[in-house]
This record gives sequence, structure tokens and C-alpha cells, in this order.
Amino acid sequence: MNTSLKWISDLVPGLSVTPQEYMDAMTLSGSKVEGYEKMDQDLEKIVIGQVTSIAPHPDADKLVICQVNIGTKTIQIVTGAPNVTEGCKVPVVLDGGKVAGGHDGSKTEGGIKIKKGKLRGVESDGMMCSIEELGSNRDMFPLAPEEGLYILPEDAPVGEDAVAYLGLDDTVVEYEITSNRVDCFSVLGIAREAAATFRKPFVPPVVTETGNDENAADYIKVTIQDADLCSRYVARVVKNIRIAPSPEWMQRRLRAQGIRPINNIVDITNYVMEEYGQPMHAYDLDTIEGREIIVRRAEKNEKFVTLDGQERTLDDTVLMICDGKKPVGIAGIMGGENSMITDDVKTMLFEAACFDGTNIRLSGKKIGMRTDASAKFEKGLDPNNAMAAINRACQLIEELDAGDVVGGAVDVYPQVKEGKRLPFEPEKYNRLLGTDIAADEMLTYFERLEIPYDEEKKELLIPTWRQDLECDADLAEEVARFFGYDRIPVSLPNGEATTGKLPFKLRIEEIARDIAEFCGFSQGMTYSFESPKVYDRLLLPADSPLRQAIAISNPLGEDFSIMRTTSLNGMLTSLSTNMNRRNKNVRLYELGNIYLPKQLPLTELPDERMQFTLGMYGDGDFYTMKGVIEEFLYKVGMTEKPVYDPASGKPFLHPGRQANVRYQGKVIGYLGEVHPACAANYDMKERVYVAVIDMPQIVARATFDHKYEGIAKFPAATRDLSMVVPKDVLAGDIEKIFDEKGGKLLEKYELFDIYEGTQIKSGYKSMAYSLWFRAKDRNLEEADITGAVNRIIKALTAIGAELRQ
Amino acid sequence: MKEKLQKIREEALRQIGESKDLAKLNDVRVAILGKKGELTAVLKGMRDVKPEDRPLVGQLVNETRESIERMLEETKAKLEAAELERRLIHEVIDVTLPAKHNKVGHRHPGTIALEEVERIFTGMGYEVVEGPEVEYDYYNFEALNIPANHPAKDEQDTFYIDDKILLRTQTSPVQVREMEKGKLPIRMIAPGRVFRSDEVDATHSPNFHQIEGLVIDKHITFADLKGTLAEFAKELFGEETKVKFRPHHFPFTEPSAEMDVSCFKCGGKGCRFCKGEGWIEILGCGMVHPRVLTMSGIDPEEYTGFAFGVGLERIALLKYEIDDLRLLYENDQRFLDQF
Repeated sequence: MNTSLKWISDLVPGLSVTPQEYMDAMTLSGSKVEGYEKMDQDLEKIVIGQVTSIAPHPDADKLVICQVNIGTKTIQIVTGAPNVTEGCKVPVVLDGGKVAGGHDGSKTEGGIKIKKGKLRGVESDGMMCSIEELGSNRDMFPLAPEEGLYILPEDAPVGEDAVAYLGLDDTVVEYEITSNRVDCFSVLGIAREAAATFRKPFVPPVVTETGNDENAADYIKVTIQDADLCSRYVARVVKNIRIAPSPEWMQRRLRAQGIRPINNIVDITNYVMEEYGQPMHAYDLDTIEGREIIVRRAEKNEKFVTLDGQERTLDDTVLMICDGKKPVGIAGIMGGENSMITDDVKTMLFEAACFDGTNIRLSGKKIGMRTDASAKFEKGLDPNNAMAAINRACQLIEELDAGDVVGGAVDVYPQVKEGKRLPFEPEKYNRLLGTDIAADEMLTYFERLEIPYDEEKKELLIPTWRQDLECDADLAEEVARFFGYDRIPVSLPNGEATTGKLPFKLRIEEIARDIAEFCGFSQGMTYSFESPKVYDRLLLPADSPLRQAIAISNPLGEDFSIMRTTSLNGMLTSLSTNMNRRNKNVRLYELGNIYLPKQLPLTELPDERMQFTLGMYGDGDFYTMKGVIEEFLYKVGMTEKPVYDPASGKPFLHPGRQANVRYQGKVIGYLGEVHPACAANYDMKERVYVAVIDMPQIVARATFDHKYEGIAKFPAATRDLSMVVPKDVLAGDIEKIFDEKGGKLLEKYELFDIYEGTQIKSGYKSMAYSLWFRAKDRNLEEADITGAVNRIIKALTAIGAELRQ
Repeated sequence: MKEKLQKIREEALRQIGESKDLAKLNDVRVAILGKKGELTAVLKGMRDVKPEDRPLVGQLVNETRESIERMLEETKAKLEAAELERRLIHEVIDVTLPAKHNKVGHRHPGTIALEEVERIFTGMGYEVVEGPEVEYDYYNFEALNIPANHPAKDEQDTFYIDDKILLRTQTSPVQVREMEKGKLPIRMIAPGRVFRSDEVDATHSPNFHQIEGLVIDKHITFADLKGTLAEFAKELFGEETKVKFRPHHFPFTEPSAEMDVSCFKCGGKGCRFCKGEGWIEILGCGMVHPRVLTMSGIDPEEYTGFAFGVGLERIALLKYEIDDLRLLYENDQRFLDQF
């Protein structure tokens, strides 16, 4: 929403503030001002001049020498403008003045200074201006020539300030109006707020009775068939339309509002829409068949050509304005080509109606159009404003002599909207705000907002334009706004003390972050959305359950169309970005959700599972990744040994370098080297390692409950076992034997050598472990451990190991 | 005998004095005091001494041995000190050579900001609560006083799964779920990922993060809201930070406000960072709308409360002067290394 500051000042006569003061105060009282633009920011010393004579330039064919009367004197100006004529009146910038930009429409920051000088040897004391040089354009000044000077009307007063004459001495204020304040999408609404903010009287226009002694009802009949979508329809008739340009004052205001002046009828409609916030539509009454208007829903697939010449297809939710035979307009959105006003219109039907905001919004979306009118209707207008606005428009028609207004109005208003009454409860407002504002003081705020008070019943009479005021919290806000949010005191809640808490899940996530970072991994963040194509990049088979993803019904394109079921794509994409940017030794981790539907289509909310995803390339390998997982598990109290199961069946991982991580028998995640074919799909040629830990499983098993077990007082007895085993025997198989056969005294074991090569017979590898045995209460003798060692050796032999003594 | 001992002593002291290192000194010790040493030999010869002379000779031998041992000790200490001195000189290193790093990773700036905010509010007694990201329309809109077809629904550009389930556009549904539990008073913050249908650019992302706060208790006032958020701003942006509250509109709060903080770069004078305004818009807040309380089963006549919501990315961008939101989702190691 924009308004001219001058227009506001005219409605609030006592207002005398700078644009900055206006902006600050209005923002603090709730009408947020986004900014303002002084239209004459870069215009200085520009007056209305009249060219009295023109002589050729002696040294230039394209230049002429003009004598220009600027009121106080006559000055000489050399110009190349093609449209200069003797006697024409033009804006003249004097020596030392400024214009906003070039005649090509380009603007120069700070303006362009104009000095007297010589043009091809001939003295020139200033410059005659085009509309572009004045910082405007032909849209706003349709009479301006494509190229050349802006020629002012013949009655323009010579010597006067041209900027003021053109209405460029104004400031355009831009507001961010919140959706609840429908009334503020109008100049009058803003002016009312300004009056209350600056504590000045608000003087809206006085609308007088208009029209001849005929009756509009004799011209037109109105029927509302679908009253649920149209709460009011007011029609008035204007005869003997006399299309002409609107007067300068109206054009000035429209320009400042950013609206292009067209002719008196269009301009009046736009003017009142700005002023009252009520859109209106004008039909050529001679095209209305049966002299009647019927407001009804469209038929399914009904076709209709709007006044922009486009054919639109409608459905039975869209509201139409029809005559006795055919539709003539889409209600609240756009009129029809078949009934539009043309230059030779004779009699006009003027419509001011009130349509259901939601329906207009949805219809606009369906048809794919949003007009200035529909943008207003969408917000849900006050039906009581419709009559005021149409009467104001008719008043302007008479004032501008644009036609003869027929007396009376056809007003179909099945259910008159009445203002609400709300109890005035000052203590309640103070209690909510934490203030101590006197009731009388509060009443002055409401009075300025034109909200009357019924002293007897202690009730506030809420006008229908304030649809947003419904309960005491709303009224408390009105009090707060005009008392000043900044004057409300500052305190802290005092009441029952509460403990600040981080839930267990978040504490575990914090540890995951810490461990990952200690291990050199930096935290990344990736999108929750994905393209279904990523499943192909991840080499997932067609029947993979991971392809069962939740689809978004209105996505931002395919890349954002489903909710991810695996965190891998995000990680691989990030690693790929780094690799392509030649970053070395990259290690990333992410904590983010995946979304697993329990059923598709969704019947309930999906299972959101936090994934701890690690990815790296460069220094480090599979075992580095494994180390990070184990550090993490140990830190969250999962101190049992995880089991690594190579048969994890992940198609995106190297078939010989992947494992599921099992803890207490449950798969809690997996790790591995990314399959070279999958890596290639992400444009990566180096070896890439990833690990994914399913955090809900961790949270279910983690604990911070640690018990001190004492520090061993007695020395350990160690035994080294060196063996040759078949290649396909896994370290895990051997360690499982240690765990099972080692007995209570086996404290720990460690692989200290592994070797495959020429000294070892083919198909075998050599492995060497150290075993530590310890008792808590004594020194161990050889005999104490022989049994365990023998059991281990026996089991090892059974899986094909040959012990080397 | 006496002369002999005297001679041994003199010879020993001379040899000790001449010892230039610990090995040589040890040789001397062995030659005199060792099993086959000169003095040991004398001691062994004691049995040849007449019994009546033995005490005297014994005393002499002991004195000799003690003086030699003393001398040995002193010399040993000196030599050790000298040797240590030499070693230390020898072991001088270039302390300006590069460090050996155990390269640690870095937290995402969004998380750093999140932890900062969590720290501030848990310190004030707030509980951190989470909720689902894929949410029912009811919790995201209806229970927050945004009924079907409300224009605010359009403003938020919602991603829908179907007509009942959507991607939450705010973390406020977590507050509703918490209020429904009926445990009062409430002091909570709800951080988390939210979604809006905005194309990716320097200031927009279809998913981002919010932290919303909620306090419900008896006698909670707008003044409490101002005080709490002023404290928060000071903690987050520095003790000098001033706050400004402007009226605004949100369907789920009334009265509502937006809070600006004085620009922490220029202190409020106006600079390029705050676009010359001296203030930076930081969050939306307000008193919980009585209708929202009622819908969640809380009596608005007995309880009041305030709520606020702040964008995490916005804080991270402002605080760390990051000029493009996309950097937060690219995960370039060179970017992450700076936090």
C-alpha cells in the first residue's frame, strides 16, 4: 500500500511533519512504513517558462536559440528538442538548479546540476525539461511526447514552481499493512490512523446527495442469486457520459499513488478505490440485456472473455455478474469485453459490491489472475463501505461534469452488517499489558480511532470497518499502540520457578557433534527434499523400500519433490561440491531427519528418524570411519563391542567394503566405501567413505550412568598368539572366539600384526594378537590361564588356524 | 699402614679430580672401592692386623673410604650437572616450526547460533521441546487461529502432502502440542526445521530453522515479554544492545509486535549493515491469543502467556556476517572451517 503524503495531510489538516517523522511515528503506532520517496528529491529551481521566440543556431542545424519568459525576466536557452514551438509553456530549470536524470529516462543518483554555459558558442542560461528529466515518465504523464519537452497546459502560470504545478512536490509513502487491517488498504484508513497517531483531527470528504430526479431502479434491476458469495450489490446509473481528461489535481494524486491517469470516468473509479479501498466497476448500460443484473455462480467450463481480450474458462465456484442473458463480468476480478466502457459510451452502470474474500482469492488462483480489484476484495471488505464509495464516485462525476447522475441507487443488501459492541474493561487491558493506564486516557485513544463509547453500558461500539476488533486482547492492542509500545514497562515473569532442560535426545545429538568434530568432521546441512532421481544415482533397485517416499503435492520442481528417505544423497552431493572445488581431505557430518512413511498415501504422520551421517575423502579409510563410530558409541555409554556384518547388501557401497553395525544384535547403522559407480554418479573419482547411524536406536540404548570399576592393582599376564589363517576368516571370527572362550580373566586383546604375502602360503594370512589376562585380587600364575589359552587354540584350530609357536 | 691408606686416598682423590666424565669416574670408583679395588683389598687384609690395632686401623680405613666416597659423590653431581647442561644445549629446537595439528572439525554456524539461543533460554528456566516436521494442518494452522482459507495460509506458502498433512511452516505447532498436555506453567523453546515454498536464493531457502518460545503462567504480561526478549537480545548481541517493539499482526498472538535490535555493527548510528536505519528486525512476538489458549484447553481468564519466534539462519547471517544463505547448505569445507 502506498499513499501520497500530501493527500494524507489534506485529510489530516493539522499534520505538519517531515517524511522521516511521519515514518517513525506511524511505524510505532502500527502502520509500518517500509520507506518513502520524495518525488522532488533531485529537482531544484524549476519554474514554468514560456517560449517567446525561436531563432536558428548559427553553427548547428539541430539546435535552436529560444527566448524564454520565466516570469521575472526572459532568459536565453539553446535546445535541441524537436517539439519546441513559439508560445509553448515548459518546465525550465534555471542556472544552479537540478534535474533527476537524462531525457532517456535514466536517473542519476543525487540529480544532475544544470549550469549556464555555451552550446556551440551560444550562451544558454538553463534547460527546458522533458518529463523524464523531471524523474517521471510517459505512463504517469500520458500527454508527454515520446521525445522532447513536456508541454504544459496553456493556463499554466508562468514563473511559478513547475514541480508543485505537476504535483511532483509530494512524497510517496510505502506501508506494510498487515492482513487484519483491511481498512488501512485505503487512503482514508491510513489518514484515520495518522490522525490518531499525531493527535490531530481527521477530516474525511463530505459526500453530498447526488443525482437528478429520475430513479436508478427504473433503469436496472439487481438480483443476487448466491448471497453467500455476495453480501451487497449497489448499482447507480450515469447518463450522457462526457469522457474527457480528469483535472490536474486528480491526476496529481493518482500519479503519486502510482496510478496512470486515463480519463475522467476511469480516473474517478481509481481515485475512489484508492480513497475508500472499495473497487468499483463500470458497465456500458446499453450492452446490458434485459436491463437487469444477476449475481450467480458460473457454470462448469463456462467460457468468458474478460476486458483484456483473454478467454477464461470458469467453473461452478466462480462468481459471475450477468445480465438477463449472459455473463458480463467475473465478480470482483475483471469485467467482460462485451460490456466494457468505450469512448462512445452513453449510459453507464456503476457497480459497488461486496464479495466473499476467500472465494475471490480462490477464484483468482483458479483462473490465474489477480487484479487491483481482486487484491482488495480478497481481504474481505466492509459492505457498509460500498454505498459510501459509490456516492463519493457520483459526487466526483458531478464535480468533474463527467455525466448526469441518475437519482437513487439500487441497493441489494440482504443482511445488513451491524457493528459489534465490546465491553470496555480497562483493568483487563492493564493486566495483560503490565501497565497502569487510566481509563480516561484509553477512551481518548478509541475516540481518535472513531470508536464510540457507550458510557451507560460501558461498551465500545466497534465500527464495521474494524473487523479485526473481536475481543479484549484486540482492544488491549489498540490501547498499547497509542499508549506506545516503548512506554510499556519492562519486567521478567515471576511465578513458579522452572528448570531449564535439554531433552535426552538433544544431549545425545550434542555428543554426536562433539565426537564428529574431535575426529575432524565439520557439520553440514542439506535439504530435506530430494528428487526421485537420486535413487537411481544411489543405484537402488526398483523395489527398494527407500523409494517409498512422501511426495509433496505442490513442490518447487522435481529436485524438491519428495521427502528424503536416506541422508546419503545430501552427504554425497556436499562431498562432490567440495571435490569439484578441489578441497583436499574433506570430512563432513550431518544430523538431520529422514522421513519414512508408515503407509502411502499417508494415513498418519511419518516416522521422522534423525540420522547421524558421516562422509569423507582424502586421508583416512574404512577403519577411520569405524573408529569414529566406536568413539561415539563408547561416549554415549554403549560400551559393548559392536559387531560388523559384511553382508549388509547396500548397492551404493563397495561390495567388499561395507558393513552393518550391530549392537546387541540390532542393526544401528552402516558404513562403507562408496561404490565407484555410485561415486561416479556424483562426479567423484576418489575413494569416498560414509557412515550412517540411526539415532533413535542410539537414544534408546545410550546412558550417562557410569560406574567406576577401580584401577587394576595386580599385573596382567600376557600371551601372544601368532597364527596363519585362511584368508576368508575374518578378524571378527577370531575375536568372537576370544570373547567366547577367553573366560572371565581375559581382560582384552589386540591385533598387533597382520600380514599377507610371499612368506605366507597362498590362500592364508598371518595374524598376531596379544591377550591380556588379569584377576582383580591376585597375581596370575601360568596355570591360571593355560586352560583359557588352550580352549582358544582349540577353537581357532577348528576354523582352520595354524598356531605358530 | 697409615701411609698406605694416605697414599690410596691421595691417589684416589687425584684420579677423581681428573675424571672428565661419569664413565671415567665410575672406573675410578671400581678401581678403589670395587670388589677388587685397592681399598677393598686393604679391608680384606684386616685379618692380618693385630687385634689390638684393628679398631684404629678400621677407623682409618673408614675415614679414608668416606672421604673418597664424598669426593666421588660431589664430582658425580658436578659431572651430571655439566652433562645435563650439554644435553640441553644440544637439544635446542626451532619453536617457530609449524605445529602438528590434530585437525578438529567445525560446527555449522546455524548450530552455533542455535546452541547460543538454547543456552540463553535454558539458563532462564526454559525447556527445549521438539516436534514433528511433517505435521497436521490442524496443529500448524487451525489450532493457531488460522482457519481454513485464511489469507495467512497463503502468506506462508505452505508445502502440502495432502489436504490434512503438510510440512510445518513454523515451529508453533510444537507449542500447541505442549499446551495440549495441560501441564502448567510452561516455559519452553521449540527449535527446528521449517518449510516454506520459497525458491533458493541469497536470502531464501525452502527449508530453514526457527526457534519459537512460549511462556504460559498466571499474570504473564506484555511487560514480561518485553523484559525477556530485551535480556535475550543483550545476551545474544552484547550488553549494549537496545530493543524496539513495533506493533504487528500475527493470527496467534494479540497484541503482537516485531522486535528490532539496535545495529550491533554501528551501535544504532546507521551504517551499510543496517541499511542506514540503526535498527535490525529480528523477531516476531506477542501475547498468546485467547482463542489459541482456549483451543488448547487453557482458560484465558486464568492464564496468559507470550510467544516469540526467531529465524535461526537470520541470526547466523547477521551475527557472522554471512552474505548468502546458500552458503549454509553448500557445506564447502572452506566455509565451515571459519566457524
